[in-house]
Amino acid sequence: MSTIILFAPLVGALICGFGHRVIGEKPAQWTATGLLFLAAFLSWIVFLGHDGETHRIQILRWIQSGTLTTDWAIRLDRLTAIMLIVITTVSSLVHLYSFGYMAHDANFRDDESYRPRFFAYLSFFTFAMLMLVTADNLLQMFFGWEGVGLASYLLIGFYYRKPSANAAAIKAFVVNRVGDFGFALGIFALFFLVDSIQFSEIFAAAPQIADTQLNFLWRDWNAAEVVAVLLFIGAMGKSAQLFLHTWLPDAMEGPTPVSALIHAATMVTAGVFLVCRMSPLMEFAPHATAFVTVIGATTAFFAATVGLVQNDIKRVIAYSTCSQLGYMFVAAGVGVYSVAMFHLFTHAFFKAMLFLGAGSVIHGMHHEQDMRNYGGLKNKMPYTFWAMMIGTLAITGVGIPLTGWLGFAGFVSKDAVIESAWGAQSGVGTYGFWMLLIAAVFTSFYSWRLMFMTFYGKPRGDKHTHDNAHESPKVMLIPLGVLALGATFSGMLWYSSFFGDHESVNRFFGVPVEAHAETAESGTSQEDAARIVEDDAGHAAAGPAPGEGAIYTAPDNHVMDEAHHSPTWVKVSPFVAMLLGLAAAYQMYIRDPSAPPRVAAAARPLYLFLLNKWYFDEIYSVLVVRPVRALGRFLWTRGDGSVIDGAINGLAMGVIPFLTRAANRAQSGYIFHYAFAMVLGVAILITWMTLTGGAR
Amino acid sequence: MDSLISIVTFIPMVAAIILALFLRGDDAAAQANAKYLALIATTASFLLSLLILAQFDPGAGFQFVEEHDWIGGLTYKVGVDGISVLFVMLTTFLMPLVILACWDVTMRVKEYMIMFLMLETLMLGVFVALDLILFYLFFEGGLIPMFLIIGIWGGKERIYAAFKFFLYTFLGSVLMLVAMLAMYVDAGTTDIPALLEHTFSYGTIELAGFQVVGGVQTLLWLAFFASFAVKMPMWPVHTWLPDAHVQAPTAGSVVLAAILLKLGGYGFIRFSLPMFPVASDLLAPLILWLSAIAIVYTSLVALAQTDMKKLIAYSSVAHMGYVTAGIFTATQQGVDGAIFQMISHGFISGALFLCVGVIYDRMHTRDIDAYGGLANRMPQYAAIFLLFTMANVGLPGTSGFVGEFLTLMGMFQVNTWVAVAATTGVILSATYALWLYRRVVLGDLIKESLKSIQDLTARERWIFAPLAAMTILLGVYPALITDRIGPAVNDLLDGYDVAVEEAGVASATDIAQNAH
Repeated sequence: MSTIILFAPLVGALICGFGHRVIGEKPAQWTATGLLFLAAFLSWIVFLGHDGETHRIQILRWIQSGTLTTDWAIRLDRLTAIMLIVITTVSSLVHLYSFGYMAHDANFRDDESYRPRFFAYLSFFTFAMLMLVTADNLLQMFFGWEGVGLASYLLIGFYYRKPSANAAAIKAFVVNRVGDFGFALGIFALFFLVDSIQFSEIFAAAPQIADTQLNFLWRDWNAAEVVAVLLFIGAMGKSAQLFLHTWLPDAMEGPTPVSALIHAATMVTAGVFLVCRMSPLMEFAPHATAFVTVIGATTAFFAATVGLVQNDIKRVIAYSTCSQLGYMFVAAGVGVYSVAMFHLFTHAFFKAMLFLGAGSVIHGMHHEQDMRNYGGLKNKMPYTFWAMMIGTLAITGVGIPLTGWLGFAGFVSKDAVIESAWGAQSGVGTYGFWMLLIAAVFTSFYSWRLMFMTFYGKPRGDKHTHDNAHESPKVMLIPLGVLALGATFSGMLWYSSFFGDHESVNRFFGVPVEAHAETAESGTSQEDAARIVEDDAGHAAAGPAPGEGAIYTAPDNHVMDEAHHSPTWVKVSPFVAMLLGLAAAYQMYIRDPSAPPRVAAAARPLYLFLLNKWYFDEIYSVLVVRPVRALGRFLWTRGDGSVIDGAINGLAMGVIPFLTRAANRAQSGYIFHYAFAMVLGVAILITWMTLTGGAR
Repeated sequence: MDSLISIVTFIPMVAAIILALFLRGDDAAAQANAKYLALIATTASFLLSLLILAQFDPGAGFQFVEEHDWIGGLTYKVGVDGISVLFVMLTTFLMPLVILACWDVTMRVKEYMIMFLMLETLMLGVFVALDLILFYLFFEGGLIPMFLIIGIWGGKERIYAAFKFFLYTFLGSVLMLVAMLAMYVDAGTTDIPALLEHTFSYGTIELAGFQVVGGVQTLLWLAFFASFAVKMPMWPVHTWLPDAHVQAPTAGSVVLAAILLKLGGYGFIRFSLPMFPVASDLLAPLILWLSAIAIVYTSLVALAQTDMKKLIAYSSVAHMGYVTAGIFTATQQGVDGAIFQMISHGFISGALFLCVGVIYDRMHTRDIDAYGGLANRMPQYAAIFLLFTMANVGLPGTSGFVGEFLTLMGMFQVNTWVAVAATTGVILSATYALWLYRRVVLGDLIKESLKSIQDLTARERWIFAPLAAMTILLGVYPALITDRIGPAVNDLLDGYDVAVEEAGVASATDIAQNAH
């Protein structure tokens, strides 16, 4: 069944991409979409029927060289199952939505065939993403990793006539490659250490890796730390974390369904998935995970600040995505992988919905994206409005405080993240907690700002556009409705599986609960420690061996319990943060619409700093892009031209001056003479060889 | 079929002789005849080489060996093993496509075909030769037709480029010839399988006041290095390649990039590594660093290019950097990856030069700025070019990835600095390749001159189809290659490790004795 899930999108992509001339455009698109819905349907069966055991399905051998053996294979465990439903559900809905959104496009001529290409890319992306999450070794994961990068490149640059889209596409690919650089080195290091890049073998060897010193560059490091950091660099690129985030806002050049699928719900969460997948290794690398936490928390804060002032509706949501990914990394960094996956899961629903809702607004407003030209759209687009409202309630975290689980999806999972950061009880954890809390205020502010600017107040901008603003067709509204269900209920339904007590979480992720008891009894040196821990926490604490189950939590990792036992003010704080942001947004955009310009003028340097995204693009341009180009030109003209050619040509022409004369004469067309001379030379050589004894 | 190898090797030469002797006239019919004969000969050679591949046994060492006495006491000995068989296949596979690629040439067609046919025989000869002198003859002989192809059918600066090509590669080879004579004197044979068993002395010797560590082996190694490094080409003796590529006609560029560049790498694996293991071990850091520099340096230079062919030529140098580095890691992954990279680069770089040829034939310029927005009128071309751009960038799922990945993995085991430097190549290659693609294919089509440009013709599609198929097939199922080369590489490295270990023991005892 999982094989069908995996390959259905590929078949769809191929039929749609190459077969649309034969079977016609519409049937081709419906084939791709139908296969996606089939994959989604089967994924839900797999997810709901999954027993937590890890299954492996071999498909084909891949790269084999010496002791390196890799296969195309499917590893199906709980992590994979979660990703399967996220990917196929969002992807199939996005396919459906695209029938409406891509029906007419001003970027293409009427007679041009662009829709099958779009659907083929979407399906190909889905296939690559599924390869990534079903991989049973790092190399196949890398295949998916780069495959989604390619799909992202193609879809960001889908409007290939627009220079800005092409530039954004290249930027996305190259920045991702910077991350891949780290990822690749991580794979090399793991192979060097373990002699395998199979997940099962890496996980089993994780404790030994942690005891190994690896000579990397100028000194010896703890091997687990090096590998964890290198892999995380890959995750930073894909998940647009600070320093490698610059491509994500630009990626909004792509059509909006792409932003929803790739740059919100699935591809950008691959980094989080990687960290969770590698949890058995991460648990042995405390410094690396601290690094993950700090980067995640800082990104969450940074992106939220930039989101406060953006005017392009898609960019606001893009920065919001960047920020929410930071939340997930904090959860993973402090060691509560289930919560990271929880937020990934709920975020996929509400963020995809926000994007598709924004797409619906853009579609209805004739491809106007500047929120300053919106306003008062509530009645013109009632369904879109309610969908966006549910999305906003979810992302800002509306729910009933102190119940923990009663509220919109984002409320449940975000509170879990923030409580986990607190529960880490460490320096970086506390830093993460405060950063995330501030970011939560900002999240609420920019989300409500988006709602108020778009749907409330008076219509602004072009009157004609507003007069013709219309609700979107059904194919676009149905996906919104389905996602609204997810954004509302996914948090409540799966709360206990991701963030409940140990037993339910372990059962969900297939971590053998009883196995540890034997370990504790048979273990000699760990025995006492395990006992103490057990007494302390009041439940089974010594975990199973790394690699058993989908995620691994070290025996001394009690962050989730601490999170559950965090003080009341910690538990209430995200809700208060939400209220603060809502109040500020209400004050500035409903009660006193003249406030925003005033505030911007009063704090102009800060405003510009945020509006220009902390000047990251400009800094990179000065520090990296231009020097590299200049260096390239320098090496070409000076290095190759003057030094190498100069030296060698000078030598040749100086030592053998008659050759220049030969060259002159050859130019007059006697080049055959020189060929003849060469043949003669070879003949002389043979003669000489023969005369001097020959070779037997 | 006892002499299958010889038949495969010499079919093209026989066809060339037939053309030279019997084809008269230069009218359209004669030109067509020349082309068809060349196509038939190269195709026949390819089909017969499939028999070699089918009967090839990866674990059996040298196979299909033929040995005859030859003029003046020389020996004609040919055969293939796991290391060479795929290069033979690469050559025979590509040559029919190369002939097809020059179907529209009208200038001196007969001679042109003769050149390519001769070139094929000489290149195949290099890969199958099992005698030192025979190897040298083929190795150097291949220069002549290539020299003429560039010098006669090339672009404006063809004479300069042809001489630069010839001088660089020939001067390097002179030293190799001297080394070969020295090997003959030392071992008493020119038989390659015998030389592989022979141990050249590696005791430190004194030469002109210098202490030469590794002794004779080091000297021989350096002489071979001079020749192969230029052929590869390695930094800093790579500058002949961009010039040669730019001036060569499309088909010439394809052969140059796809096959001729592989002679150096093949030489390193056939001679340097197994015959001079101690010297290889000593000098491996040099090669690793030169390779790492090559990857970074030429990738940066590629970023600055304005000529499409030059950009791809520099990218070829960078990709050959992975090969040299992979070989001298002396790890299974490194050497496997190096061979894989060479085969794969044969398809990819050949296809990229063909891509340039397609639009050069239409617009007669290689200037990147003369293009833009080709996707508007040439969607098929855009798709093909994208595939090979991505393969060149080393996207997993294409053959370009496997070689890069394996060589880098080998490097990491030997020297992390080199591995890190070389891995930056994956970032840089993405930058220059996508930048090229964007400027040529993407964007709006606004240039007046391009408004009537036509998409691929059926002939062009048939040339690209097999290349595209191989690129993806080898990317998805690389075992097609690794299964065949694996055992041979494994044997080679076993011998290498033993030799290096013995040398280590020997020099340790040397030191011990000196201490007494």
